Amino acid sequence: MPRPRFALPMLSRQPRRSVIPGFRLSLGLALLYLGLIVLLPIGALLLKAADVGFERYIAIITSPRTLASFQVTLTTAALAALFNAIYGLALAWVLVRYEFPGKRLLDAMVDVPFALPTAVAGLALTALFAKNGWFGAPLAQWGIQVAYAPAGIVCAMAFTSIPFVVRTVQPVLEDMEPELEEAGATLGASDLTIFRRIIFPTIFPAFLAGTSLAFARSLGEFGAVVFIAGNQPFRTEIVALLTFIRLEEYDYAAAAAIAVTMLGLAFIMLLIVNAVQAWHQKFAMGDA
Amino acid sequence: MARPVNRHRLRVGDGAVTRSVILTLVLATTGLALIAPLAVIFAEAFARGVPTYLEALARPDTLHAVGLTLLTALICVPLNTAFGIAAAWAVTKFSFRGRNLLLAVAELPFSISPIVAGVAYLFVYGAQGLFGPFLQAHDIKIMFAVPAIILASLFVTAPFVLRELVPLMMAQGRDEEEAAVSLGASGFDVLRLVTLPNVKFALLYGAALCNARVMGEFGAVSIVSGNIRGQTSTLPLQIELLYQDSHAVAAFAAATVLAGVALFTLVAKYLIERAERARGEIVAPRRPGH
Repeated sequence: MPRPRFALPMLSRQPRRSVIPGFRLSLGLALLYLGLIVLLPIGALLLKAADVGFERYIAIITSPRTLASFQVTLTTAALAALFNAIYGLALAWVLVRYEFPGKRLLDAMVDVPFALPTAVAGLALTALFAKNGWFGAPLAQWGIQVAYAPAGIVCAMAFTSIPFVVRTVQPVLEDMEPELEEAGATLGASDLTIFRRIIFPTIFPAFLAGTSLAFARSLGEFGAVVFIAGNQPFRTEIVALLTFIRLEEYDYAAAAAIAVTMLGLAFIMLLIVNAVQAWHQKFAMGDA
Repeated sequence: MARPVNRHRLRVGDGAVTRSVILTLVLATTGLALIAPLAVIFAEAFARGVPTYLEALARPDTLHAVGLTLLTALICVPLNTAFGIAAAWAVTKFSFRGRNLLLAVAELPFSISPIVAGVAYLFVYGAQGLFGPFLQAHDIKIMFAVPAIILASLFVTAPFVLRELVPLMMAQGRDEEEAAVSLGASGFDVLRLVTLPNVKFALLYGAALCNARVMGEFGAVSIVSGNIRGQTSTLPLQIELLYQDSHAVAAFAAATVLAGVALFTLVAKYLIERAERARGEIVAPRRPGH
């Protein structure tokens, strides 16, 4: 039974006692490190947010500028996830099903957005979509502006989350048995029907998990977006940037309130992704 | 009448038209979405020739940013590698309650926006933070200085080595370590002579990814560094400063350094995976994430 490659490694409980030494030392170091580096700052943020008080928190979060930034962020992240759902699925399909020159290179290229710093990605996209840029110049003739507009935010978010859908769908597609498709074909089903009725349902949980991961990543993206967005309040100001601006204004209550809301949103997305992955694991077990 | 099943029959999407349409669309999108952004960095950096590029790269503030970025990586990568080894050892060689919780907490930095991480660190070490009064009373400067840059970088890259090691060490089990212990090897000898050689490629790959991310971290570092020019600018922050000051060539020249690190990391990944396959060892399942 293959474990889905994108899932958190779930460890089964093994009853036997280990004879290997170093348990206390390794666990102690790991817990100390996690406590100092990961949990301490998260705890400090929660404390600071609790200090803000409920009424003030609601006032900050429902202020028009904050609401507008959430609307901009959610809409652009959803569009970026939509792009990656389609492109990522097609890219995974091409990498698994077809042989062509340069396939290995294409497979390696998929990881570029994870390896490339977000600031560099933002700088590159801004250059591409500038008025005299490779993409910006032809688009300007059609009257389309991407840089310093919401479309630019979508491009930045889409770029930085390209690998998620590809890397979640790819292994599931690889593991698919050809017999199922052949059975469909034998019964006279068309390619489209086989894809719709057999292939897509099999990869759907992985596809959904990948798309959710891409969406979650886009919600928190900062580096790539600030270069290209233009950062106008109410139009192209994302939540992460508004947090940054509130800090620069020394408005720590607002920064804490917005940051803790982003943290909550990240936790909700984490729960959704984990639920989808658990569902997917059930799928994988059913096959075996 | 059912058609006979032919071993060589075409699978779904293998028709000549479908195949060429899908392949063309995907390759064209890849060219626009992945290759063009990478190409434009080098095109802009070398737009006015190699001498101008080298001159732009040799600016004192850029060189200082390179130095600070190297220092951060030199501290963060070994620390997160050590943490990854210790945590992976605890989680895969022993059974205890809360192992999955430990892994989930270790993976949190992947789900949290770097901006949130930066704000959180400010509320620990900043003047209005948890330890702010204590640090001020003892004249210890962490926030808006190099220590904060290092701490924030440690946060965002904490899971990198761990997540490469855990699936592989799980798959390899404990038999070899138990055999070594029964032959009288000490814990550190087992780690050095048995466990680490078995996972050396995953370890290298995790460290390479950790390094690339430390060098490229922008959001968290831009909050905690204070972005003091010539003092606390790492390379990604320096790129933003140069760009804002309309020093386009200098910004792109600095970006080529980080793009080079990214490309080097991908080449390393490719070589490591090839070496793993060649040795026919258990290949760790790779999960996406950042």
